[in-house]
Amino acid sequence: MANLKLTNVEKAYGDVKVLKNINLDIKQGELIVFVGPSGCGKSTLLRMIGGLETITSGTLEIGGQRMNDVPPAQRGIAMVFQSYALYPHMTVRDNMSFALKIAKKSASEIDTAVKRAAEILQLTPYLDRLPKALSGGQRQRVAIGRAIVRDPQVYLFDEPLSNLDAALRVATRIEIAQLKEKMPNSTMIYVTHDQVEAMTLASRIVVLTVGQGIGQVGTPLELYERPENEFVAQFIGSPSMNLLDGEVTETGAQTTVKLASGGVARSAVPTQASDKGMKVRVGIRPEDFVATTGEAAFTGEVDITEALGELTQIYFRQGGDKGTIIAKMPGIHSNLRHNKVSLTADPKKVHLFHNGKSLLYR
Amino acid sequence: MEQVLQALVTIAIGVGGCAFWYWASNTVLDTVYPARGPNAGSNINKANLIRPWLFVGPAVVILAAYLIYPVINTLYRSFMDKTSSNFVGTSNYSWLLADGKFHESMLNQFLWLLVVPALATFFGLLAAQLTDRIRWGNFGKSLIFMPMAISFVGAGVIWKFVYANTEGSQIGLLNAVVQAFGGDPQHWLQLPFWNNILLMVVLVWIQAGFAMVILSAALRGIPEDTIEAAIIDGANPFQIFFKIKIPQIASTIGVVWTTITITVLKVFDIVYVMTNGEWGTQVLANMMYDLLFDQSDYGRGSAVAIVIMILVLPIMWWNVRNARKELR
Repeated sequence: MANLKLTNVEKAYGDVKVLKNINLDIKQGELIVFVGPSGCGKSTLLRMIGGLETITSGTLEIGGQRMNDVPPAQRGIAMVFQSYALYPHMTVRDNMSFALKIAKKSASEIDTAVKRAAEILQLTPYLDRLPKALSGGQRQRVAIGRAIVRDPQVYLFDEPLSNLDAALRVATRIEIAQLKEKMPNSTMIYVTHDQVEAMTLASRIVVLTVGQGIGQVGTPLELYERPENEFVAQFIGSPSMNLLDGEVTETGAQTTVKLASGGVARSAVPTQASDKGMKVRVGIRPEDFVATTGEAAFTGEVDITEALGELTQIYFRQGGDKGTIIAKMPGIHSNLRHNKVSLTADPKKVHLFHNGKSLLYR
Repeated sequence: MEQVLQALVTIAIGVGGCAFWYWASNTVLDTVYPARGPNAGSNINKANLIRPWLFVGPAVVILAAYLIYPVINTLYRSFMDKTSSNFVGTSNYSWLLADGKFHESMLNQFLWLLVVPALATFFGLLAAQLTDRIRWGNFGKSLIFMPMAISFVGAGVIWKFVYANTEGSQIGLLNAVVQAFGGDPQHWLQLPFWNNILLMVVLVWIQAGFAMVILSAALRGIPEDTIEAAIIDGANPFQIFFKIKIPQIASTIGVVWTTITITVLKVFDIVYVMTNGEWGTQVLANMMYDLLFDQSDYGRGSAVAIVIMILVLPIMWWNVRNARKELR
């Protein structure tokens, strides 16, 4: 069993670098999720690990061995594709045993491996069916089974749930989480654009930016609570974190920022005396606003309310700010529309960024 | 020049006539059932019921006249004598069954069926796969497809030169090659048995291009993911080709195979031009032509025609059924 290491990995198509400065150290048994906006190269990176794309420069090591030029089948990886990629002319059993047959394993060995995988994935009744006779969820399980049968060191998942409908996606997501629990020593790398999948499945998340390398690597909660930069702050969480321009007025263990709109925000991020007057951006997640009757940092008139049942999303604008601020309030507050709101936030949940970087990580 | 003009006029009348028919019949229909007024709704429904018949009707009538009527007439003539004046029962068929040339034709036809579809499909598939990934692949494909544009008669003439054996300076390409390697020139088209194979080469040469085009499209239709999955599963290029790609295009291979089979059953021009069925190369269609037009024996000629039709029908039926299945 093995860990996986990427050192200064780059991918370029001609002069265009889609991936650069990729450094990652993945331990055995981790479930790493690659997330990022469209075009950030997360699938490309996965395919480079799998050997379906060449590595322009840098090294890929699996289990301490350089794998850059090793054929995919000998890297000890197995891949689950977004479109399942089942062989349509083969039964479920043949789909799962294909790799083992190619590797010239004995019939009894193949049989044992297929039965075990079918057992884990509850596919035993379907072993003699063709893929076209299966539902989408079952097909995806066969694709996972095809990976399990090979007993790989590293599992690669390329957006495995995005072809499933919403309900099935949740169910299959939970199945994958349970699968990971059954195989605690398997290393898994999982690509998705779905934040919920990333937050719920990952032991660590890798946020990729478009052309700027890795945004941040960390556990889901680290990324949520302590984003290193504005990109990660806005990428994780839905709706995105609000970012408001301001200037540091008081420094110390707690920092006070005068907002462009005139309000005053307090953050638990410590600053030094020399930071006074620094231009910063204050970041507050929509769910971190609290309504107040006392001193309010954020006030404005509500443009739109979206009642979602358990909570209401309110969109408001303050004088001096460029954009609209989004806040989530528990309960139903449709009556707030066109009314004034006064909000504040717990200083512990107020982030500060300077030049795009969090002041927490100086 | 006169023929060219005539051809152009015919095309103009044909295409213009069709266009006029569609326009005129549609206009009349819209006048009878206008899509407005108090009955607009029911008028539209009625017009929609009638319109397909107006548009497809002429084609159906012409098809009937030029396909079904000849079949019935041929069947009728096959039970009549040489000049179609007296009923002779099945004696044309019993004559066929006893005729040596007919046996030869059936045997050759069987050989053609065995060799040509198999080789044409094989070479077509090979060409489709090999030209797929190279930079000048499209150029190569055009070259291989080119013979499709040559008429069978033209192809026959070209290959007659290839197989030619002349006194004095040799103009036969094949003999030139043989002589270059120190062999003796041959009368290729008179070599028993092998002359059949040499005729088949011509049709393979023509049909391989057709097979290649269709199979190339089918190969490109295979989901790339399944091939990548096979790469990760450790399959080598041969295993990918035979175990992943071929099974996924099996139905297309079937359609190509049967389409070529039907062409083979009707093969006439190549044989007519190159050997006219001499030296043991007779096939059914050429025998039919020989009986009908050289010997003016409508009874026996029609009997051969019916035999060809009976051979083609089941393959045709299978092919149409398969094509429909693909469409669904």
